[in-house]
Amino acid sequence: MLRYLIPLGIFLVMVVFLAIGLGRDPREVPSPLINKAAPTFRLPQLQEPSKTFSAEDMRGKVWVLNVWASWCVSCRDEHPLLMEYAKSGAVPIYGLNWKDKRDDALAWLAEFGNPYVLNAADLDGRVAIDYGVYGAPETYLIDQSGVIRFKQIGPLTPDVWQQKFLPLVQQLNREGAGR
Amino acid sequence: MKRVRWLLPLLLVGLVAPFAVAQVKRQRPVTDDPALEQRLHKLSQNLRCLVCQNETLADSQADLAEDLRDEIREQMKAGKSDQEIISFLTARYGQFILYKPQVTPTTYLLWFGPFVLLLAGLAVLFHYIKQRRDLIPEKPLTADERRRAEEMLRADSRKETA
Repeated sequence: MLRYLIPLGIFLVMVVFLAIGLGRDPREVPSPLINKAAPTFRLPQLQEPSKTFSAEDMRGKVWVLNVWASWCVSCRDEHPLLMEYAKSGAVPIYGLNWKDKRDDALAWLAEFGNPYVLNAADLDGRVAIDYGVYGAPETYLIDQSGVIRFKQIGPLTPDVWQQKFLPLVQQLNREGAGR
Repeated sequence: MKRVRWLLPLLLVGLVAPFAVAQVKRQRPVTDDPALEQRLHKLSQNLRCLVCQNETLADSQADLAEDLRDEIREQMKAGKSDQEIISFLTARYGQFILYKPQVTPTTYLLWFGPFVLLLAGLAVLFHYIKQRRDLIPEKPLTADERRRAEEMLRADSRKETA
């Protein structure tokens, strides 16, 4: 009896391990930046290149930084959701336009709509390296003291927004008001 | 038949040409410092490209890999050590970028797990063999059995000499 049970046991253990392993998304690399200060940067704005935008400007506010590009296909899928979330006014969404051409990016916003309060233009991708970006879209939630509290790799989904972003935003706003 | 003879080489050239073109297009100007390029190559062979995760940063043609190589190149020019560059990268992309992760409590299982499994396997094997040995008790031969065994051996050696 035992000689049949042992292979069966080994098989079941392997099934469990494979189920866990295959169910995971290998593209989702845990970011070491969670709960660390958001890297500082000062970049020209996309719409008005003569003005700059810096993460420092956002001190005291809870905000979302969305990394996107006009060449990024998944960003296109994500875009209607961003429009909806921007309209809801739950949290201000800022864009980091990553390795894009200014004209392409502006045309993209004109065509699909602009959910961003404003966009920083990271044309050579140096700031994105500081943020550990390796595939757009990526979305960061940054708190009042400039600490990254959450990072979504790949497009936002309604689930992620409802279950991760919104509760955190509410919690952070409460904490901020109490301070 | 005569016409076919030059058709084949032509076909082969036609097949290979697009790849040659693609290869040339991908080449990017690098610095003219061969020592630095070699150092970059050596370092980036131990780094993972995060876009195509089973490729090294040295081999990858992904845009991000190019950017990261440029970044490393610049840091090397600025006199940073390999160790400093590696900590720069792991601070941003995590241990995942290293093909050979550092030994820290979170990677203990990764580093020592296989040896633990090996020891467990040896223990099971040892136990199994010991059990088998206990199952087969050694009984001394009776006088009758000994006589029969000797007879068999004698018959055997006679056959061999014959």
